Amino acid sequence: MQLTLWTYEGPPHVGAMRIATAMTDLHYVLHAPQGDTYADLLFTMIERLPKRPPVTYTTFQARDLGGDTAQLFKNAAKESFERFKPQAMIVGASCTAELIQDDPGGLSKALNLPIPVIPLELPSYQKKENWGASETFYQIVRHLTVQDTKIAAATHISQRQEKLAAGKKPSCNILGPTALGFRHRDDIKEVSKMLTMLGIEINVVAPQSASPSDITRIPQADFNVVLYPEIAQTTASWLSRMYGQPFTKVVPIGVNASIDFMKEVAQLAGISEEKVLKEIKSNSSWYARSVDSTYLTGKRVFIFGDATHVIAAARISRDEMGFQVVGMGTYSREFAKDVREAAKSYGLEAIITDDYLEVEEKVAELSPELVLGTQMERHIAKRLGVPCAVISAPVHVQDFPARYAPQMGFEGANVIFDTWIHPLMMGLEEHLIMMFREDFEFNSNVPASHLGHVGAASASSHQVTEAAPYFELEVPVVDQEQPDKKEEFDTQQQSTTQQSSVDQAVWSADALKELGKIPFFVRGKARRNTEKYAIEHGMQQITLETLYDAKAYYSR
Amino acid sequence: MNAVIPIQAVVQSGCGTPPEVIRERGQREVFCGLTGIIWMHRKIQDAFFLVVGSRTCAHLIQSAAGVMIFAEPRFATAIIDDRDLAGLADANAELDKVVQRLLARRPDIKLLFLVGSCPSEVIKLDLHRAAGRLDKQFGPQVRILNYSGSGIETTFTQGEDACLNALVPQLPVTEEKAIMIVGCLPDIVEDQFARLFTEMGVTNVSFFPPRNSRTLPAVGSNTQFILAQPFLGDTVRALESRGASHLSAPFPFGIEGTTEWLAAIATAMGVSQEIFDKVTAPKKARAEMALAPLKETLQNKKIFFFPDSQLEIPLARYLNRELGMELTEVGTPYLHKQILEKELALLPQNVQLSEGQDVEKQLDRLKLAKPDMVVCGLGLANPLESEGYTTKWAIELVFSPIHGYDQAADLAELFARPLRRKAKLQFDTEALCN
Repeated sequence: MQLTLWTYEGPPHVGAMRIATAMTDLHYVLHAPQGDTYADLLFTMIERLPKRPPVTYTTFQARDLGGDTAQLFKNAAKESFERFKPQAMIVGASCTAELIQDDPGGLSKALNLPIPVIPLELPSYQKKENWGASETFYQIVRHLTVQDTKIAAATHISQRQEKLAAGKKPSCNILGPTALGFRHRDDIKEVSKMLTMLGIEINVVAPQSASPSDITRIPQADFNVVLYPEIAQTTASWLSRMYGQPFTKVVPIGVNASIDFMKEVAQLAGISEEKVLKEIKSNSSWYARSVDSTYLTGKRVFIFGDATHVIAAARISRDEMGFQVVGMGTYSREFAKDVREAAKSYGLEAIITDDYLEVEEKVAELSPELVLGTQMERHIAKRLGVPCAVISAPVHVQDFPARYAPQMGFEGANVIFDTWIHPLMMGLEEHLIMMFREDFEFNSNVPASHLGHVGAASASSHQVTEAAPYFELEVPVVDQEQPDKKEEFDTQQQSTTQQSSVDQAVWSADALKELGKIPFFVRGKARRNTEKYAIEHGMQQITLETLYDAKAYYSR
Repeated sequence: MNAVIPIQAVVQSGCGTPPEVIRERGQREVFCGLTGIIWMHRKIQDAFFLVVGSRTCAHLIQSAAGVMIFAEPRFATAIIDDRDLAGLADANAELDKVVQRLLARRPDIKLLFLVGSCPSEVIKLDLHRAAGRLDKQFGPQVRILNYSGSGIETTFTQGEDACLNALVPQLPVTEEKAIMIVGCLPDIVEDQFARLFTEMGVTNVSFFPPRNSRTLPAVGSNTQFILAQPFLGDTVRALESRGASHLSAPFPFGIEGTTEWLAAIATAMGVSQEIFDKVTAPKKARAEMALAPLKETLQNKKIFFFPDSQLEIPLARYLNRELGMELTEVGTPYLHKQILEKELALLPQNVQLSEGQDVEKQLDRLKLAKPDMVVCGLGLANPLESEGYTTKWAIELVFSPIHGYDQAADLAELFARPLRRKAKLQFDTEALCN
């Protein structure tokens, strides 16, 4: 049993729903208890789709458990076939139905429907949403692409090469975009644009917008573009084995990754990318080089999310923003290896966990100046009072925007630049706050003024178990009229720092006061470093001098 | 069984003879009782709700509530994994560990609910005993209780019923003559009602659930309770088993419902008609004034209710009698005849009631009924809007202050707004092909 305040992924059948909802003319019959239809809302409300997901639930109740739940499933499957007339169907169980073991696959086989019915085995108590999506997509492609097992992959390759030699344009499939994917809608457009610029034809985009009959055409392309390995890598590897279709490894998030991606696809397509690349102008790369961005240098950033977006965000952070990546991790266990490898190149050890509390602890410990994460990291960032931007699913309704907002390609890089910079305090304000600490309007305890709301970074007050003395010294201005506001600030401070302040060196009053003068976004780090320094040097008390000794020591 | 409710004589204007009810089974597009946590955690401010269930349960709650950014959420899930299922881990020991970790993180919690779910019910994890055991361990600082919010047993608002039902045994004993208002009300509505009672000279009114777990109202054989919400069947039985008696009344929606509901309390507490009229008349007049413009928008509009919260029948009664809306089908997940006795008597003869759901068939009926407004869940709302229907998403009715005189117009406004919006927005959708 695992205590979960927030879960990064839904159950695997939600992954299957994402595939079914993305596709057309495919129906999903899901054995599930009453109430599991909540998942429809993910699509109709969070993604704002104007149609019901193509999912029929059996919605059994307690009184059905005594009876024949298998019959219930059979009826549901039969009726939904007759009503919706899909080209193909997928069938499976949710977590509760998995416990009653009705075998939807076998039951629907017995129905003998005149369409392909693909059974899904999604172990709900071991696997999660992305795995479910990946498995579902793989099963659909495997069942629907007509394979002549006698034809080896090499034969497929030579057939395609002949066609290319005869003057056919190179073509590819775009694999991975689903319903409820973070910016999948616009990523498809952006990537399609890049491919078209290079003169590559797009054969099938799947699962998004593809019908079962489109799926059968997948083997006709020359290669596959894998946009989201979490969803499509399994399928792409299988296609490469069966049909000899190579697939892309670079995910085009960030300017450099987009360039690499164009080079990679050009190579797979046997064409040249140089001319096309010369035509591209990147706003974000100029913005990052412009002097206004100098203050971004070395900002300490913590990155968490799915593997693809984390690896991409880390590269952008270091090479295209000039940040310092102080922590990175993922909840995608399937891609833990890739994230670990990537983290190594930043001198970090990756955090591989789906435990929200563990991530929270890590963020508190590292006290970054910016958190790049999921909707869940926004909760953490709020609690700790750290600026935050969303880079990966899970996301909520505000991250399915109406405007064009890709993450991929060169426009994606522009979107990313704006999104990440926005929560940070602007340069001038940052300077002034460091110089003058007691302004009643602009002070270190209110969020950046361009965000518009005073005191919005709040935390509930129950965390205050003991007084945070240095902090009281520091906020004489704010708290006269609003007693609870001060408490909120205490809380934030408390939670960022409590980890280290137990049974260790004691702060002298003047040192504490001096600490209060350090800008809030680096104060946690300074406190931690000073305490570490004091302990390492066997000091009982931290004086004002210790603070500066530590500063000099760690600036080496 | 409730012996206290007097058998209602046949009312001429309404459907004294019970109307036809379609009873259907099939796909039910409803929430499970776990969703009750989303408002209950706000009402009882020192309570924490720990769902014992699967990732699906955790996902449900965060999909519903996670759009708000929480520094400290007051709900969580203990996710059962395959080790628990295979018996490799003692589920009870695991649960104890989870509760310990939780209480260490949140020392401010005074009341912890272990909330059962479909998986925990199907594998027969005895949360009731677990709650008793943990209660001994952590009490009296933290009370630990249990109820089930599983989809197989509860639909949406029944989660509140189950939660209150679990709290009833905790209520202290009293022999004083008192009125208890039962059902989660928005704080502002509670305060309004409290003021009305004070004006009538009725003291000794309590609200259940309370805002804080340490101020539970007392109950005993001289307690009369009245429901503010129609979905509290189990709570009624539990309170009756504590000796309290049920006051039957229409629900306090709209002017009529509120007056009848208040009158039931006033009568029980011996308030004279004169005082009752004196106190309620100005409120009624004010509500009527506020209602008038909304009537223009809503009158003669046909409305169709999908089942959701069990509020459907009282709301349909209000919209029909006070705003002149025409009822087509009124669906409800459960039809509790005794609790709704007074409401059913006020419905027009021609209404089609339905209990339970087969969503596809109900959608077919919707298409035949061609209503001007559809009350439905969020899974159906946008898809129906895209087909040209005007919808009012039902969940909002559970999350808004809608009881009492001063909310009568607000309640009507919830229904009028989608119609007004539809009239207001002027897109050339033809040209855009969507």
